[in-house]
Amino acid sequence: MKITIADLKRGEKAKIKDITSDVIPLKLLEMGCLPGNEVQIVQTAPFQCPMYLNINGSHLAIRKETAAQIEVQILHP
Amino acid sequence: MSKQIKVSLIGNPNTGKTSVFNLLTGLNQQVGNYPGITVEKKEGICKLSRGVKAHILDLPGTYSLNASSLDENVVIELLLNKNDKDFPDVAVVVSDVENLKRNLLLFTQIKDLHIPTILVINMADRMERKGISIDVEALEKLLHTKIVLVSARKNQGIPELKELISSYASLSKTPCVDALTFAPDYFESLQKAFPNHSLYKLWLVITQDVNFRKFDKRGIEETPDFKLKSESQLKRMQQQETIKRYKFINETLTKTVTVDQRAATGMRERLDRILTHRFWGYFIFFTILLLIFQAIYDWSSYPMDMIDEAFVWISESLKGILPAGPFMDLITEGIIPGLGGIVIFIPQIAFLFLFISILEESGYMSRVVFLMDRVMRRFGLSGKSVVPLVSGTACAIPAVMATRNIENWKERLITILVVPFTTCSARLPVYLIIISLIIPDKKVGWILSYQSIALMILYFIGFGAAVATAWLLNKSLKIKSKTYFVIEMPGYKVPMFKNVAINVIEKTKAFIFGAGKIILAISIILWVLASFGPNDKFDNAEELVKAEYPNLSEQELDRKITSTKLEYSFIGYAGKAIEPVVAPLGYDWKIGIGIISSFAAREVFVGTLATIYSVGNDDEETIKNRMAAELNPVTGGRLFNLATGVSLLLFYAFAMQCMSTIAIVKRETNGWKWPLIQLSFMTAIAYLAALLAYQLLQ
Repeated sequence: MKITIADLKRGEKAKIKDITSDVIPLKLLEMGCLPGNEVQIVQTAPFQCPMYLNINGSHLAIRKETAAQIEVQILHP
Repeated sequence: MSKQIKVSLIGNPNTGKTSVFNLLTGLNQQVGNYPGITVEKKEGICKLSRGVKAHILDLPGTYSLNASSLDENVVIELLLNKNDKDFPDVAVVVSDVENLKRNLLLFTQIKDLHIPTILVINMADRMERKGISIDVEALEKLLHTKIVLVSARKNQGIPELKELISSYASLSKTPCVDALTFAPDYFESLQKAFPNHSLYKLWLVITQDVNFRKFDKRGIEETPDFKLKSESQLKRMQQQETIKRYKFINETLTKTVTVDQRAATGMRERLDRILTHRFWGYFIFFTILLLIFQAIYDWSSYPMDMIDEAFVWISESLKGILPAGPFMDLITEGIIPGLGGIVIFIPQIAFLFLFISILEESGYMSRVVFLMDRVMRRFGLSGKSVVPLVSGTACAIPAVMATRNIENWKERLITILVVPFTTCSARLPVYLIIISLIIPDKKVGWILSYQSIALMILYFIGFGAAVATAWLLNKSLKIKSKTYFVIEMPGYKVPMFKNVAINVIEKTKAFIFGAGKIILAISIILWVLASFGPNDKFDNAEELVKAEYPNLSEQELDRKITSTKLEYSFIGYAGKAIEPVVAPLGYDWKIGIGIISSFAAREVFVGTLATIYSVGNDDEETIKNRMAAELNPVTGGRLFNLATGVSLLLFYAFAMQCMSTIAIVKRETNGWKWPLIQLSFMTAIAYLAALLAYQLLQ
């Protein structure tokens, strides 16, 4: 099963896998959401949406449905 | 006039670009619009060291040259059009030292357009605290540019920046990265087809949906040996381009920038833990809102009383100076009370703009967007609708414009349609005067007064109407649009005094002069209409009254004559004509006139009543006292009693009553359809609510 950012819990870290889907908005890439980058969940609003992320020092918030498009590999501390 | 160097300030949002602009230009700046669109155009003049001047254009903040909004289109349209009168001699790219990586993406794109470019690394004062050190010389070499470390907060680096701007001719025009290498065949054939244009420019023309005059997409589509790719293919290529650029940026920064992780203080994390907390986050947000409304109501009451009295004094002293006659009447009974009705609200409007700009400058507004997104989506809105809804408490016009960064068209349209329900500052004059007439001036406990609670309820009613209407629109509108939502969460900053002050002054000025013009014109027209009548009943008012009521005292007689005159004036006849429509709401014909004249702008209502009630009334009184003294011609009781008051408050809470908002909605939605729908449902709701309130409370 694919693991995406939407599956992560608060404080968890993961590494972004290849970005292949053209569903992912270009703006997200431009703000630093790139393959190979480390992503950490800073905070989630009630019902896990939106999600506040720290991607290699870039802080941004996205909705869960977008987060579910970004495949990651969980990093264990 | 000597030649000016044309400078464009470009940068990501939240990099302090506007602070740099303010430091370069001081108060020597003006805000206008780009021709034909409502994007705010900020420009100013800056004196450089050797007597040379620079014309500085503060372009809208953008994350890249791949435009996704009207504001961002402005940036590429300018940078791709060498014939534009504002085309820069030099581009100054402003970046934030803590977000250098992301900020450099835009920088590499601008370099690809062969424009001389200076890189400003702003907030340099934070470097030490954050453990960041930069090898500026090496970075300059890799990026083919000149770099200035600037601290807008500490006013450092500005002379160096000015120096670089004046020697712009020696700056390199060479791009720093070759990003278009992932599809060699495609790009080679493209360049061959159009050898006179730079490859990146061609690529932007293909991928962007903007108007480049003369040189647009069709020019490329019509070329036979060159085929356009599908949208999805283009998007994949843009992704590859972005990845390529970031690869270059990462390599460059690894060589030149070191960050000592131990120095990180974690202030941001600690604040975020509380401010975006599932419970405390909301609690703090609502507490802040409550404090703002209390402050607007309480703190500004002192300067407001002073202004009110000052206008009475001016009017009275002019009566002593000017020769008696129609001219003096026009000034003391028409213009001055009309203007007084708007000047009095400067303190409140300034406070409101002050709080909103502090919330935005500090970075807190993004946290509110984060907190509210889920809730707002239930009603068909976006978390980003919170910013328009909050700034709508100042004015619906900038609020409608602030909807531009909502990516989803349906969410954006709904936000535009419901924003005018929020209690804008133009409603305050109406609310405040009516609240002070119908709600007792007493305190509950220590701080809150009944009057400020009443005001807060009105704010909630406005917000509630916005949200409820949004819910209905969301259910009934059948619009499909791609949805996504990305928002940057900037670091927290202490707001800079200069930025906040300039913002408050500019916005308040625009409000006062914009409203002032309409009010001045309307109060003159009203005065004329109230001072003359169509037949001799107006001129013979005195005899008519004396004949009908021979036994009245002098004072009562005077009052009767005044009101009879008004009744037979032009305005009296007009008011009588609409009385049947407004009577079920508990209004007399004078209030009816107020409502009609305030269709242009709500705040005109108070000015209108002030003008109408002061015509022929020589008593030294404030607007409020005059209104309190009005009697209901039918019941004989006070005209502004609870029922009429509440009915008026609700009418103004829901009715559109603002021509400028209609105009801006027309522009932002590209047609008359939506503003007209909006106008009809708002007026209908307003009338029904006022009717119900009056009939129930009467």
